[in-house]
Formats: sequence, C-alpha cells, structure tokens
Amino acid sequence: MSALLEAVPSPADAPLAPPPAPVGPPVLQLDDIHLRFGGIKALQEVRFDVQPGEIRAIIGPNGAGKSSLLNVINGVYQPQQGSIAFDGQALGQMRPALAARLGIARTFQNLALFSGMSVLDNIMAGRNLHMRCGLLAQALRLGPALREEMAHRLVVERIIDFLEIQAWRKVPVGRLPYGLQKRVDLGRALAMEPKLLLLDEPMAGMNLEEKEDMSRFILEAREEFGTTIVLIEHDMGVVMDLSDRVVVLDYGRQIADGTPDAVRADPDVIRAYLGSATQEG
Amino acid sequence: MGFLIETAIAGLMSGVLYALIALGFVLIYKASGVFNFAQGAMVLFAALAMARLQEHMPWPLAFLLAFAIMVVLAWLVERLVLRHLVNQEGVTLLMATLGVAYFLEGLGQMVWGDDIYPIDLGLPKQPTLVLDKLIPGGILVSNEDLIAAGSAAALVALLTLFFQKSGVGRALRAVADDHQAAQSIGIPLSRMWVIVWSIAGLVALVTGMIWGSKLGVQFSLSLIALKGLPVVILGGLTSVPGAIVGGLIVGLGEKLAEVYLGPMLGGGIESWFAYLLALTVLLIRPQGLFGERIIDRV
Repeated sequence: MSALLEAVPSPADAPLAPPPAPVGPPVLQLDDIHLRFGGIKALQEVRFDVQPGEIRAIIGPNGAGKSSLLNVINGVYQPQQGSIAFDGQALGQMRPALAARLGIARTFQNLALFSGMSVLDNIMAGRNLHMRCGLLAQALRLGPALREEMAHRLVVERIIDFLEIQAWRKVPVGRLPYGLQKRVDLGRALAMEPKLLLLDEPMAGMNLEEKEDMSRFILEAREEFGTTIVLIEHDMGVVMDLSDRVVVLDYGRQIADGTPDAVRADPDVIRAYLGSATQEG
Repeated sequence: MGFLIETAIAGLMSGVLYALIALGFVLIYKASGVFNFAQGAMVLFAALAMARLQEHMPWPLAFLLAFAIMVVLAWLVERLVLRHLVNQEGVTLLMATLGVAYFLEGLGQMVWGDDIYPIDLGLPKQPTLVLDKLIPGGILVSNEDLIAAGSAAALVALLTLFFQKSGVGRALRAVADDHQAAQSIGIPLSRMWVIVWSIAGLVALVTGMIWGSKLGVQFSLSLIALKGLPVVILGGLTSVPGAIVGGLIVGLGEKLAEVYLGPMLGGGIESWFAYLLALTVLLIRPQGLFGERIIDRV
C-alpha cells in the first residue's frame, strides 16, 4: 500500500511549484454531475474545469469514481444530471463517437490495443478521423490516397520517434512488454491530435523506471503537441509532481480541488486516504 | 496419370468454392469478432435473389441488383441486431447470427420462392482438352470451372489488398480487435459493420452464383456453408490466406480420398473427409494452419 502511504503529505518532498493555471475559457467544464447505476451513486455533485494546456489530475482511493468520471467525459456513461461543456460549447449528451470527433482522445487502464496489429498500424489507426480519401481510392492505392497515407505516416513517425519506440515499429503489439504497450496506447491517442487527452491510470502496474519514462512523455507531450491532459492516477506521488491542479474524489463526491500543495494539506483528503488505508490495512 | 490430374483439378475447383465460403466466415470474424452462422443463409438468399431477378433481366444487371439487396440486408442486420449488442460477449453475438440465419432462410424462400432455380451466366459448358501431347489421352478441363476459379481468385486478391492496404481495412481490423478502443479513436462501429457485412454479402453472392450456375439454386445451398466450417478450422479463423489454402486442401483431399480410398472403405468418403481432416488439425494445431498463435498468460 505504498501508494497510499505516499499520499500522506510531508513537507520534505514538496514538488516544485507548478505554473499557475492560465485563466481563459476552459477546454472542459463539468457542472454538477450526478451518475447513478441503479441504487449506487457513482458520482455526486462533481464540478470542475480544465484550462487549456493544463495537466489536471483526478485522484481518489479505490472505488472513488475516478474511472466513472473519465467515462462521463468520454461519453461512455451518460450522467443523469449535470452538464458538460467542451471548448465553450454546451453538450447535452456526450457519446464516444462525438467525443472522438470533438477531439477527446483517451488511453485505457487495462490496455485496449489492437493486439494483432503492428505498432505502426495501431498508431495509424489513431489517424482514422483525419482520413479523407474514399474507400475505393484507398483500396486501389490511387495517387491522392497514397499522398494522404504518406502525410499521415509522417505524423505517426514523429510520434513514434517522440515515444522512442522506433525499434518496434513492425512488431505486433501483443508481443511487446507491458510498459511499451502503454506507450503505444499513448501514441495512438496522440495520433488523433486531440484537444483533450484523457489518461486512465497511465502508470498502473509499472516499475519505477517505467513510471519515470511515462511521466516524462506526458510532460513532453504537453510541450511538444500543446495537448491539454486529464489524468487519473492512483499513485499520488507521481500525480503531485506532474499536475497543475488536482481534483480529489471520495465515494463519488468531490472533496477537494486545487494545486497539489493545497490538496496535500487538505484535512478532508488526508482523512479520505488515511481512512481507506486503515480499512484496507 | 491423366486421371489423377483430372481428379486433382476437379478437387481444386470445388476447393475454390469452399475457400469462398470460408472467406465469408473469416471476413466477418476478422472485422467484428463474430462467428457468422448466417453465412450459409446469406449464400442461399443472395443466390435466390440473383436467380429470380435473372428471369427478368440480363445477368450482370441481376448481379448488381442482388448485391444492392445484400447491402440493404447488411444495413438492416446492423440496425436491428448488431447495434444493440456492442461490447457483448462473443457467444451472444454468435447466437444472434444463428437467429439471423434462420430468419434469412425463411425470408428468402418466402420472398423468392422455394423451388429449384437456374442461374445462367452464359459460360461455355464444353470442356477443353489440354496436354494431349504430353499425357496419353490428354486432360479434360471444364472451361466453366476455370472461369469460376479465376473470378474467385480475383475477388480474393481484391479483398486482401483492401484489408491490408486501405485505411478502412485497418479500421476494420481495429474494430475486430477491440470495440471500445476503436470507438475511442472515432471509428464509427456501425458504419464499419455495414461495410463488412456488405462485403460478406458480396462474397456470399459470388459463391451462390457460381455454385448455383453449376447445380441450380435450391435450399441445400445453405448447407454448403457447413463445408466452410472444416475449412476455417483447417486454415484458421483469422487468416484470409488460411481460408484459401484450407479450401483447396479440403477440396483436393476429399476428391482424391473418394477416388483412391473410396473403393477400399466402401465409398461415401467425400461427405465426411473434410471433418476428419479438421478434427485432426484441431488436435495438433488448435489455431489452424495460419491462425494467430494462441498465447494465454496465466
């Protein structure tokens, strides 16, 4: 339960102060979200915003509703109450297809890669929404289709270089070790050139070195591609170093929202994490 | 010698047709992870449509119209069946296609009739004598079979190109691997399913057309799909080349077995040989000759 122990604030390992969140129209705004599954209240009164270029973390103990919240943003679940606005545009019902079209990409906690396909094809698949040429032109490899394919290939190669997976380009992803598969998952999402990138526990199950690599890729992705990022994480230590602002969920309720330092010092957050630690331990 | 070659060629020709049926299974399985039990019913339905339409118009027109009908059918299947089963277990989808199969068999015979109907493609019926200088007596090759095999091969080549090289092909493979992930990168599941069921409809139509032109279109056509099962087991459910090679092996094997082992075993080998072959492969190589290796991490 080291992740939980790390959650206890200690002034010694306080992170460098992150840049303050820029003030402007938010990329994403959630207001008063309620989500129920039958009698179970998965989310209640969740409200927060995500500013452009921000790395926003959602943390909380197991079963706090983090993944549900991500699935609400992504359109997999439709909340019974509350509203979502993306890029200043209020959306009634979010759906996965709509989310993708609006420019929301995601990675998965339990990998959901196309395991029979090569690394290259997996990331190319992320370009799907940017493909313009018709079916027949593609099948027959006509000039415009070929040119388009090459343009996409350039983008994909840039991402492959960025993630340092050049050596595995043609390998079916099913054969790659876990840490690399996680990178391919990130690569596929980046290939969409998303306005908002949702990362579902990007460090889950990783060793320390892999975690450090992944943290670096997340930070660099923001710098290189200017992507706004929302990430869910269990490992509080990592989150505190990475994110600009943190939302804390506990039993589906939002118990804190602020800078990592502020959240760390929040008595409610300490109680939630320590409380669950005593229950589990 | 001449007789052996003639038998082998006849075997390969029916093998091409088996390969086509198997291809129908493999296409849908690859693109949606569904084992489509309705493939045989689709062959019957498409062939019936084509045969009845041909009574009123030249065959190429009937072919196009029948294809259009199969596309509409694909759309209906997606709309009424598959759409409601996104992210469900494979078994659920399998049962759904079983339902579609029975429905199609009934609907086909209700709409198009339940008699035996001919399909006439105007192919030359006379066989050609080849290699008569090399081998005493020469070898008789059916022109009709040759043309049929040629068009089947062309169709297979086109489909392979489409699946391996086009963006849509990639999207289809993506859908097959993971519905949820495919959705998350904006691949429209419903449209992909309509495309792949349409392609399977086209394959069914070509199969039904070739088979129907040889033997007439009748209800038993839906049962030839059963011959596709040992072929996909042999070749692997996920492999297009596997379907082709598997089809050829089954076609060739059963003809040769019938002719050469038949007299010893009392004949009738052709009807069960394919299944025996498939069973043997299952025991030795469960993923088939060309299937993806099954890796189970425990």
